[in-house]
Amino acid sequence: MGRMEPIRAETRTDDAVIVTEALTKVYPTGVRAVDALDLRVREGEIFGLLGPNGAGKTTTVGMLTTRVIPTSGRALLAGVDVVAHPSRAKRLIGVVSQTNTLDRSLTVRENLYFHGRYFGLGVRQSRVVADRLLEVFRLADRANADVGTLSGGMAQRLMVARSIVHRPRILFLDEPTSGLDPQSRIAMWEILQEIHADGQTVFLTTHYMEEADRLCERVAIMDHGRILALDTPDSLKRTGGGDIVLRMVADGDRDRLAQAMRDLPGITDARVLDGAVHLTASGGEGLLPRALAHAEAAGFAVRDLSVDVPTLETVFINLTGKELRE
Amino acid sequence: MTVAERDARAGRISLPKVSAHRTTSWIAFGSLLLRDLTVLRKNAIEFVVRTIMQPLLFVFVFTYVFPKIGQAVGGRGGEQNFSTLLVPGVVAIACIFQGIQAVALPLVQDFGYSREIEDRVMAPLPVSGVAVEKVIAGAIQGLAAAAIVFPLAAVVPTTPVPLNVRPVELAAVLVLSALLGASLGLAIGTRVNPRQVPLLFGVVVIPITFLGATYYPWAELSPIAWLKWLVLVNPLVYMSEGFRIALTPQYPHMPTWAVFVALVGFTAALGVWGIRGFRSRVLS
Repeated sequence: MGRMEPIRAETRTDDAVIVTEALTKVYPTGVRAVDALDLRVREGEIFGLLGPNGAGKTTTVGMLTTRVIPTSGRALLAGVDVVAHPSRAKRLIGVVSQTNTLDRSLTVRENLYFHGRYFGLGVRQSRVVADRLLEVFRLADRANADVGTLSGGMAQRLMVARSIVHRPRILFLDEPTSGLDPQSRIAMWEILQEIHADGQTVFLTTHYMEEADRLCERVAIMDHGRILALDTPDSLKRTGGGDIVLRMVADGDRDRLAQAMRDLPGITDARVLDGAVHLTASGGEGLLPRALAHAEAAGFAVRDLSVDVPTLETVFINLTGKELRE
Repeated sequence: MTVAERDARAGRISLPKVSAHRTTSWIAFGSLLLRDLTVLRKNAIEFVVRTIMQPLLFVFVFTYVFPKIGQAVGGRGGEQNFSTLLVPGVVAIACIFQGIQAVALPLVQDFGYSREIEDRVMAPLPVSGVAVEKVIAGAIQGLAAAAIVFPLAAVVPTTPVPLNVRPVELAAVLVLSALLGASLGLAIGTRVNPRQVPLLFGVVVIPITFLGATYYPWAELSPIAWLKWLVLVNPLVYMSEGFRIALTPQYPHMPTWAVFVALVGFTAALGVWGIRGFRSRVLS
C-alpha cells in the first residue's frame, strides 16, 4: 500500500496542489503549534495564512517545506508526501523564509547561479536565468556586489528572485514583507502580484491584514494552531465582519455600554477594545443616529462615533476577541 | 530593450523553461561541492595564511630558532631527529585544524545566527546528503592544507629531514585523515553554539593538538604509561602515527593495522554522530 499511496493521493487531490490532512505539530515542550490542519490550495492560487505571531503559521510552512516533522496527519505537495519523500518535495518548491538566508560567501549573481545549479540547471541555463532575474528584480547593477551590502528591501527581492530560479511549482513565503519599510513593502507586493500573474502558485503567511487583503485570492485566518475561517477576503469581510463597523467612545462603564448596544436591532456584535466599544452592524438605514440615541437613552454621554468598513482585522477581532497585532 | 526589460515593464516575470523537476540528488550534491570549492578559491589567500601560520611558527621556532640559539630540544634523539619527527605531526595537525576551521566554525556560525546554510538545506537532496557534502568539502580543504604544510615542515628546519615516503600508505593516510578531521568538524560544529567557541579551543582543540602524538612518537610515551593509554581516545594520535608510517617509518610507530582500524573507526563514528547532529539542527 505504501507504494501506491502517492498515486492514489494524486488522483484524489484533483486540482489541489497543496493538501493537508489533520496535520498536527506538537513540539517536545508540549506546545501544540498546529492542530489538525485541513487545507487545500489550488494550482495557480495565491493563498494567505493570516494570524498573529505564534499562531502556528511558520510551523505550518515548516511542515509543508520538509523542515518541521509533523507529529501526526500528512501533507501532500502535488501528490508527493513531504514526510515520506522530502527530496522529491523539495524539487517542487521555492522557499522564502522570514530571516535573511542569502549566502554571504557569494555575490548577488552567484546566489542565483548556484541556486539554479543545486536544482539541476546547467551552467549556461543557470547563468541566463540569473541574469534575467537580476534585471527583472532591478538588481542588475549590484550583480557582483557582496550580498552583505544590500539594503533590506534589496536582500528581500534577491531572496524572492532566488526562490523562483528553478521555477518551483509552489512558492512559499513566510512573512515576506515583515521588517521592510512601507515603500519596499509595496514594491514586494507588486513583485508577488507579477509572479502570481505568471501562473505561479503562492502560499504566503502574514500578520498584516492589508497584505492578505491586497494579495490573496483566499485567506485562512489562523490562531492557536487552528483555522478559524477560510474564504476570499471579500466573503470573509461580508460574513465575518458585518457590513459596517462603528467605533464608539463614551464616558462610563464600557462593558455595560457594549451590553446595552447589543440590544439595538441591526447590531450583530459589540465588544470593548482599545478603550472604545466596537459595534458590528449588518447594514441598516439611519444606524448612526439610532446608535447614538440608544447609547444616550442608556445613560451614556457619547464623545466620539466613527464609521469604518470592515477589514480582515475586524474579522479577526470578531473571531478571536483580540487584535491581530499586539 | 531586452526581453527581460520588456517583460518587466509589461508586469510579467517570464523565465526560460527549466528542467528542474528532472534533477537528481547527485546533481544537487555535486553543485553544493562546486559552491564550496568556488568559495575556497575566492578565499584562497585567507585559506593559505590561516593554514600556514601555526605550523610555520611551530617549525620555525623549534627547528630553526632553537638550534640556532643553542636551546636543547628533542629529547634523546637530538635535533635532526626532532625535525624529522615533527613533519608527520605537523601535517596531521594541518589536517585536523581544517576540520575545525573549514567545517566546524562555519557551521557554528550558520546554526547560531547567520542561517546561510538554509538555501543549501532546501536543495533537492536528503538533509544527510548536505551534511556528507560538508565533510567531503572539508576533507578536500584538509588535503590542500596538508599539501601546503608538508613542504614547509620538510624545508624550514636547519638540519636535513630524512623522509622515507611510502606512497600507498601516504595516500591512504591522507584521505582518511582529511575525512576524519572533517567528520570531527561536523560533529563539533553541530553541537557547539557561538558562545562556546572560545571554550571549544580551550578544552578540545588545544588538548587534542598537544596530546596528539604530534611532537613525539606515541611509542615513546612508555615512561608515562597512564598517558600513553589515555591519549588513545584522541583521534589525532592515529593521524600522526599514520603519517609517521607513511613518511618516517624508520622511527617507532604504532602497528599499521591499528592505525587504519582507528582512522576508519573514528571517521565512521564521528561522521554518523555529526550527521545526526546536523539533522537535529536542521529539522524540528
